[in-house]
Amino acid sequence: MKKEYWNKPALGLRERLYLLEVIRGLCITGGVFLGNMWKWLTFRKGALTAYYPEEIRSDYSPANRGRHVLTRRENGGVQCVSCNMCATVCPAYAIEILSAADFDDPCHPKSPERFEIDYSRCIFCGFCVEACPEDAIRMVKEVPDFPGFDRDAMWAGRDLLMNWRPTGDPAKQYPAASPSPVEVQP
Amino acid sequence: MIQDLVVYLLFMGYAIGFMLGLATLFTWVERKQSAVMADRIGANRCYLRLPFTNVRFVAWGLFHGIADGAKMLLKENFTPKTYDRLCYNLAPWLAAVPVLLVFAVVPFGGTLAPGRLLPQLHPFFGERSYAMQVAHMDAGILVVLSFSGIGILGTMLAGWSSNNKFSLLGAARAASQMISYEVAMGLALISLVATYGTLDLGAMVRWQSGTLFGVLPAWGIFTQPLALLLFLTAAIAENKRVPFDLPECESELVSGYFTEYTAMKMGLFMLSEFIEIVVVSALLVTMFLGGYNLPFLTDGGFVLPTGSVWHLSHPAVVLLQVATFLVKVFLAGCFMIQIRWSLPRFRYDQLMAFGWKFLMPLAAVNLVATAGVRWWLT
Repeated sequence: MKKEYWNKPALGLRERLYLLEVIRGLCITGGVFLGNMWKWLTFRKGALTAYYPEEIRSDYSPANRGRHVLTRRENGGVQCVSCNMCATVCPAYAIEILSAADFDDPCHPKSPERFEIDYSRCIFCGFCVEACPEDAIRMVKEVPDFPGFDRDAMWAGRDLLMNWRPTGDPAKQYPAASPSPVEVQP
Repeated sequence: MIQDLVVYLLFMGYAIGFMLGLATLFTWVERKQSAVMADRIGANRCYLRLPFTNVRFVAWGLFHGIADGAKMLLKENFTPKTYDRLCYNLAPWLAAVPVLLVFAVVPFGGTLAPGRLLPQLHPFFGERSYAMQVAHMDAGILVVLSFSGIGILGTMLAGWSSNNKFSLLGAARAASQMISYEVAMGLALISLVATYGTLDLGAMVRWQSGTLFGVLPAWGIFTQPLALLLFLTAAIAENKRVPFDLPECESELVSGYFTEYTAMKMGLFMLSEFIEIVVVSALLVTMFLGGYNLPFLTDGGFVLPTGSVWHLSHPAVVLLQVATFLVKVFLAGCFMIQIRWSLPRFRYDQLMAFGWKFLMPLAAVNLVATAGVRWWLT
């Protein structure tokens, strides 16, 4: 017995002739093609996709866990106190910190001399941000830009992590005091 | 005699260059056109770099075809344990060579008189003139049909000798599909033959260079619109491309009859598919779209329906005809690629029913109607 489905497509004569529907479909695809070609001829971008390393996608969510940044104090120094909480909690063991001591600043004697994240291992879980007691590490929505042929080139060092320029964040008012005016696009 | 040899060697070189060049171009067109149709960017990474500099020629990814060819030539030629080594090695050639041969009977330009092309050539060639066609045959369409029939053997041999169930299923599907659609295609072409009164493709183009009712160019698309549809459908089915790609559907059979082929053997199947687009486009242009002629263009120049004549010199006419044919074939190929990226695939029973219950009766009706009109006109 042939089973009758509740959502059996009901084709009219026009659909069953197939030819008219084929022409309609070709008109749709051809229209998209010609529209995109016209955009290209007039130097606009028709494609919805992005050139991957060259172009940054505009539609990342503001809450996207992208690359890490190290925040700074008001005097421009790094906020991190080198407590190693993030490196401890990191499930991928992607964070390595080498501490330095500065006893002239009795409130914050420890600071990271080197702070490196291995993006070939990082899983972008955000645990380091949650573990940090000092709000020293955050994740911004832009993704780290490390396409390459070599794992060793996929480390982000302290300088790269500290080039974050917060705008409109009342807690972090330091763009004017930044030591390097040129922003390095990671 | 030596002049004939020189001219025909040139024709052969042009024909092979035409097919391979356009086929390589179509691999790029297929990627890029589908990408643009789907709001994507498409292949754009391949480049040629000037040696010792950082100057790169990307050319919208045009070099991807060359990269593909190089990749296929350099890949490992992995062969399965098969019981029929001869057939296994023969099949790609049997699939690719007949497709190349079909183009021999397609005229890619009007009449060429090399002596009138350049004054320096006149002492050598004299007043000889050649139809721009590799093989001047009266049985043009029959040659086309028979060679495309040989192409089926290649796919069948490939599937049978690969020693793989997927290949075998693909080959069985390919064979039944191609033979079914060959029937509809043949019937559609016979009605065309009845219209033009000739089997020779060159004579067909000359027939189409006239006018209908004094205004419309007498192209096959106006005299035989139904045959055009039938031929196009059957040709795409012969070509085994979407919406008729049952023999090599990735979702069911890994890649059908050439599952077990690697490197350039697989490349030959791919290349033959793209050459087939070129050849089918060339046939379509020749039989239905006025061939190498623009509307109202003859070997002497433009003869407009108002009666005014615009004479063109011989080199100009030859260049115009060759360029016209190239552009027409390119556009027809782009149209076939657009069909491939627009339509969903048939189910297998739908495919067979469509071929035998719809296309073939329609072709037969078209043939009878054409014959009736011919009889009434004479």
